[in-house]
Amino acid sequence: MTAVAVPRAGALARLRELRFRVQLGTVISSLIVLVLLVAVVAPAWLTHRSPTAIDLEHTLLPPSLSHPFGTDDAGRDLYTRVVYGARESLGIGLGATGLAMGIAIILGFAGGLAGGLVDTVIARVLEVAFAFPVLLLALLLIAIRGPSVTTEIVAVGIGSAPGYARMVRGQVLAVRNADYITAATALGHGRWAVIGRHLFPNAMRPLVAVITLGIGQSIVWASGLAFLGLGVAPPSPEWGALLDSGRMYITTSWWLEIMPGVVIVLVALSVTTLGRTLQHRLEGAAR
Amino acid sequence: MSTVGEATVPVASRRPSARPHARTARRILVKVVSAVFVLVAAASVTFFAQLLVPGSRATAILNQQNGRAQQWTAAQLAPVNHEFGFDKPILLQYLDYVGGLFRGNLGTSYTQYKPVTQVIGDELVPSLVLTVGGLAAAWVLALAVILLTAKRRRFISALGSTWEALTASLPTYWVGVVLLVVFAVEIRIFPVIGGTSPLGTVLPVLTLAIPLAGFLGQVMRDEFERVLDQPFITTARTRGMGDTAVRLVHALRHSVLPAITLSGWALGALVSGAVIVENLFGRPGIGQVLVTAVNTRDVPVVSGVVLVVAAVYVVANLLVDLVYVLVDPRLRAA
Repeated sequence: MTAVAVPRAGALARLRELRFRVQLGTVISSLIVLVLLVAVVAPAWLTHRSPTAIDLEHTLLPPSLSHPFGTDDAGRDLYTRVVYGARESLGIGLGATGLAMGIAIILGFAGGLAGGLVDTVIARVLEVAFAFPVLLLALLLIAIRGPSVTTEIVAVGIGSAPGYARMVRGQVLAVRNADYITAATALGHGRWAVIGRHLFPNAMRPLVAVITLGIGQSIVWASGLAFLGLGVAPPSPEWGALLDSGRMYITTSWWLEIMPGVVIVLVALSVTTLGRTLQHRLEGAAR
Repeated sequence: MSTVGEATVPVASRRPSARPHARTARRILVKVVSAVFVLVAAASVTFFAQLLVPGSRATAILNQQNGRAQQWTAAQLAPVNHEFGFDKPILLQYLDYVGGLFRGNLGTSYTQYKPVTQVIGDELVPSLVLTVGGLAAAWVLALAVILLTAKRRRFISALGSTWEALTASLPTYWVGVVLLVVFAVEIRIFPVIGGTSPLGTVLPVLTLAIPLAGFLGQVMRDEFERVLDQPFITTARTRGMGDTAVRLVHALRHSVLPAITLSGWALGALVSGAVIVENLFGRPGIGQVLVTAVNTRDVPVVSGVVLVVAAVYVVANLLVDLVYVLVDPRLRAA
């Protein structure tokens, strides 16, 4: 990870510059996430058009002032569709990350706390899971269950769970033998009280940032599946579905792919930046 | 990652003796055995995945081949069950499957009625060219950016690290779409659908390489900058070594170590990326086979591809581990 270097000449100036850069990035990222949240809660505030309004006289128009992202093959305003697609895309990202974290916490805590044979088995299972790339594991699940939104969430969730599980297990192992845990046990607190009140919060705190990063990553994975035609199906305005339906026009109407892509990249980058900032804050607080 | 300089390695550990070799051999053996274990377990996962298909597999096969969704009579299902061996006990099927793997048999496709190995067979080479090319290009790109920008004037360093942070977070499909639109549609340098021709391979390889280069570059930069602050670098400079030589000879050697490890790991990301790239550029390969098979729900083919990729991944990581032992003298002695 980014280790803080030993103080040296000019280090202070660099630190100050770094802080400025982090803050500037944080401000922009916060704005983007704020707009995203508005799009989720009240999409009508960001656009006066309807995402399903067909206008056959204005099909496949390039971006302009009246259609900032251009229009699609049915003359629907792409910007409006992206705004209305935010809810489902974010929902998929949250769902997949939540599922992944749930699995990771169960496996990580079981392994880290039980130790011995249980831990060995879980460590081995994770090692095997790592041999399957996320996308391929997701595709295997979709082949078995058939494409649907639920499958997409489950596929991305299970695909990314092993990585989190290893981190959770590492955290539990690191915290388990801390002095304050020994102290709490020595004070006569019950096993579950120690786990719930001391071990869990301390082991999970550094992972808050990881969860934030995971949401952005899940949205990107899910949109990748949709890009392959295996996620949410068009004509939904979900971002992956927009990418899927725009592929047919890639040589003639670039905006149908590029614009939703820019939005996905911006959201993923912003969420990542906020996660990093959070991580710095939490690490600073811990020190 | 420890950054202990060469000067601090205890002299004793450099003395030639037989024991370090025995330790190295045992270390390698342990790694090989655990790789075999992972492979057998991965095969078990892909086998049981095939059992998870809802409903009976014979029904799924018949429906797939006739393009219907209906129930079939026991008399119609029986020959299919017999042909695919579904009438045998599960344990026997499992042993058949795993045993078959050792003889290079990955099962039979539900839709094409031929061995999965045949379905995958010829498609493996273009995919291998793509991923290996992508990895090589990523290394060249990452090294070039690092050598030119790391620890230079503040503006140049910032430019390099911003480039890395940005490219590392770009989704493969988006990089591909942008490259396709710019260099194949607007400026017609490369073909839109390139097949396996050398010219048509350029954009797919770059699509894979750019995000990976950003990722590798971030890791190398951290290590590169830390190494340049080490005392032995100052020593080298006082001996009169030029800046370029210091970077190429000393700093680079240390900073590529973590990147080698991550290259093994990155193989998974590369394969995932290759699936998307092959579909975007209409390039033949296992990614195309895979997506077609997922669409027709041909689970044996999907399982076969996934297992082949897992095997390549495990073997590649084993090789990375071995290379690591050979490149880093500290690991040999320890």
